[in-house]
Amino acid sequence: MSRQYETVIGLEVHVELATKTKIFCACSTEFGGAPNTHTCPVCTGMPGALPVLNRQVVEYAIAVGLATNCTINQCCKFDRKNYFYPDNPQNYQISQLYEPICRDGYVEIDTPSGTKKIGIHEIHMEEDAGKLMHDEWEDCSLVDFNRSGVPLIEIVSEPDMRDAKEVIAYLDKLRLIIQYLGASDCKLQEGSMRADVNLSVRETGSTRLGTRTEMKNLNSFKAITRAIEGERERQIELLEMGKAVVQETRRWDDNKESSYAMRSKEDAQDYRYFPEPDLVPVWISDEWLAQIRARQPELRTQKLIRYKKEFDIPDYDAQIITSAKKMADLFEATTAICKKPKKVSNWLMVETMRLMKEHEMEAEELTFSPKHLAELIELTDKGAINSSVAKEVFEKIFLEDIDPLQYVEEHGLKTVHDESVLRTVVEKVIEENPQSVADYRGGKEKAMGFLVGQTMKAMKGKANPAAVNQMLRELLMVGI
Amino acid sequence: MSLMSLTAVELGKKIQAKEVTAVEAAREAFLQIERMDSKLHCMITVDKEGALERAEKVQEGIEKGFFKGPLAGVPIVLKDNLCTKGMQTTCASKILYHFKPTYTAEAVKNLEQAGAVILGKANMDEFAMGSTTETSFFGVTKNPWNLEHVPGGSSGGSCAAVAAEECSYALGSDTGGSIRQPSAYCGVTGIKPTYGTVSRYGLIAYASSLDQIGPVAKDVGDCAAVLEAIASYDPKDSTSVKRKDYDFTTALVEDVKGLRIGIPRDYFGVGLDAEVRESILQAAKVLEGQGAVLEEFDLSLVEYAIPAYYIIASAEASSNLARFDGVKYGYRTKEYEGLHQMYKKSRSEGFGAEVKRRIMLGSFVLSSGYYDAYYLKALKTKALIKQAFDRAFERYDVILAPVAPTTAPKLKESLCDPIQMYLSDIYTIAANLAGLPGISLPCGIDSKGLPIGMQLLGDCFQEKKLIRAAYTFERTRTYERCKALKGVL
Repeated sequence: MSRQYETVIGLEVHVELATKTKIFCACSTEFGGAPNTHTCPVCTGMPGALPVLNRQVVEYAIAVGLATNCTINQCCKFDRKNYFYPDNPQNYQISQLYEPICRDGYVEIDTPSGTKKIGIHEIHMEEDAGKLMHDEWEDCSLVDFNRSGVPLIEIVSEPDMRDAKEVIAYLDKLRLIIQYLGASDCKLQEGSMRADVNLSVRETGSTRLGTRTEMKNLNSFKAITRAIEGERERQIELLEMGKAVVQETRRWDDNKESSYAMRSKEDAQDYRYFPEPDLVPVWISDEWLAQIRARQPELRTQKLIRYKKEFDIPDYDAQIITSAKKMADLFEATTAICKKPKKVSNWLMVETMRLMKEHEMEAEELTFSPKHLAELIELTDKGAINSSVAKEVFEKIFLEDIDPLQYVEEHGLKTVHDESVLRTVVEKVIEENPQSVADYRGGKEKAMGFLVGQTMKAMKGKANPAAVNQMLRELLMVGI
Repeated sequence: MSLMSLTAVELGKKIQAKEVTAVEAAREAFLQIERMDSKLHCMITVDKEGALERAEKVQEGIEKGFFKGPLAGVPIVLKDNLCTKGMQTTCASKILYHFKPTYTAEAVKNLEQAGAVILGKANMDEFAMGSTTETSFFGVTKNPWNLEHVPGGSSGGSCAAVAAEECSYALGSDTGGSIRQPSAYCGVTGIKPTYGTVSRYGLIAYASSLDQIGPVAKDVGDCAAVLEAIASYDPKDSTSVKRKDYDFTTALVEDVKGLRIGIPRDYFGVGLDAEVRESILQAAKVLEGQGAVLEEFDLSLVEYAIPAYYIIASAEASSNLARFDGVKYGYRTKEYEGLHQMYKKSRSEGFGAEVKRRIMLGSFVLSSGYYDAYYLKALKTKALIKQAFDRAFERYDVILAPVAPTTAPKLKESLCDPIQMYLSDIYTIAANLAGLPGISLPCGIDSKGLPIGMQLLGDCFQEKKLIRAAYTFERTRTYERCKALKGVL
């Protein structure tokens, strides 16, 4: 009988912080500037330039630490990690090794067998590197230092995860926490959240850790899942063949759905870490810590509980709405205006989600204003417009944030409530569709649908379908 | 008498009084440079055109009442590890040959605001690593007192230029004695301020936790005036300290009555030249005669300062100098295949022997497996040395000591035995490890006709006590300053 294996996974997650300026200088962190336009002597490693710590970076790191139940190191220090690479202008990265800012935390994830704690070993602050570009025409490499010095935190988990689902749940949890804190947008595809997977396998029941590998270049949840499954199989195969797993760093190629070794432990670099002498220790006073603690926004878990209680919406709705901070913000703001939580929730869960999918958008990219959605809900509730018109108007709100009152007015979309007008049209429809009338009278209920449709069409959608239905039944009964 | 024989403050006063102009002062300085520098080689870069243009502007500023201080229009040179926008800054290394910084060091900016006229950049040991100014890629500087001797280092160019009157004063930097020791060898006065007093922004780092910029000048008064101008709290330097007392010239008072002076026995033992010893003890007597109270004491830990210093300084240097890789600026090797070879060849060809030695030493002490045994231990030693000084300063206002075991050695003598050269830093490096201020000033001349320097060390932020003691001593001195020039002419 073949042996059973358990996968042991730990994660190193890099998150780019949403500060306006870089970690050690006043340069902008904005994306997309022309190469080397967001640079200064500090982030290009000019001789004599010195780093100065951005206070906001510390505050974000503390906020993430508090939200993940970490102990905050109130005297943390920076260290230099020395290695040569052209994207690294000083040939050392300022990071934290000996005294990271956060330690010993955890987050809880939901698993089929209940809630599970995933330990966080530490969170530390560091700077990002620049970007190398190869110029094929000139056959040379160029460096863009715009990203150099963009602040990162690295969240190092304990080896507490056992499969890809747990890993995704953990990442999702982190992503939501950090997004809720406003500390980062955490986009895997764009690299503002990056995960390196440390994985080993061992025989089920064993308590000793196997030799692990580190997998890099994982740009989506799908890639992470595939890489974990692939690496698990690769390691088990090696063990089954009686071979040993080599401790190494591997790079995932998502197109080929396979990984290859980048460097083994033997040629792992000695980073010669030592305390950064150009920076002083960061003293985090009780007072400062208390201020940050007081400013912590409500996180998703708390929101879930409150939504069910305060707004009386189903768990399913609450889950979906809180799955992105932007969505939750829209929900709360809109509900505050129209006081109809369930209706707001429906618009967000159905139409908003559908349009987001259609336009391949993330919740963070939503731009419509809560006021307009609230007005739309009011219009529908008052019966001023029917539901199909409402959908049409919402699409306009979603895309262009139009004012629904004005739009409905200008485009004459208001439902016609004048009974005499409706009666005239219905009479005309009955007259023009004798076959359908006969079918209905012969007991074919389906024909009614067609007649309603014809009436709505003739009314250019501006009728209340229920009123149309009623009018049709009335007139067909009396038999004109 | 030449304008260059005046002290900086004397010259500055004449300029303010419209007796001479900044342009005339600069012209005289260049005349002196032309006369002296072919023999001494104090300078790496001389910017005559730029300086004269600047002197004109400063003169205008003076006439409009914009520059009112004593340093306005006074011609100076800067050690070549201080960044000057658009002006070549080399650290005396081939790897920075032709490098022009994109910005100016904060301390230099402060001087520019005081109306300084920068004549050019002074020679130094490559990346400030050395005690003789012989490790410069641009060639050695010679001691103005005797051309067969070194000027000391690493700020040898700055100190020799002041001694040879090529400028009114200069800026140097002191990581292990690099201002104080060449000041002593050249018979000039230099201050290493308390760590954090002068911004290091724009000082090309050798050892970040030890480096400090300071003045080199003809006398204590000039040093105090220059320190007052360059010292400032700089938010761009995280190690910069916001001080209350930047008015160093107010300490130019002739009064040491009751000043407690500690004389560390450990600094006067084996290895100290008899003439130097005699001269410094004589100076102590002079101060005692002025009312100071002398007491001998044991500082302890002195023998650990050198190993601790060379471990910490080399470790930081190995990382600080990593950025010189041929990628972004400075020297890049001509022919190479691939990135790795480009790094290797550029750095092998760009750095000199002493710099390579310290990079290797520093890389070694930081490597995994050795970090605890060397670097951590050195940091602990550093903390203990600071404690020893703290104890001493509970009892003394200042500590009086030699600057170096001997007067200036002959050229080439030091480089053949680097360990011996490292050992000669014994009296100066503890101040850097403990972050203390120190002043080096002339106190005599030995039988070879070379100047002897004495050193006063103070507790952190106690520059004023040093200035007061040094000023009081200086007023008793009788020999002429210009004696240095006899060796050249």
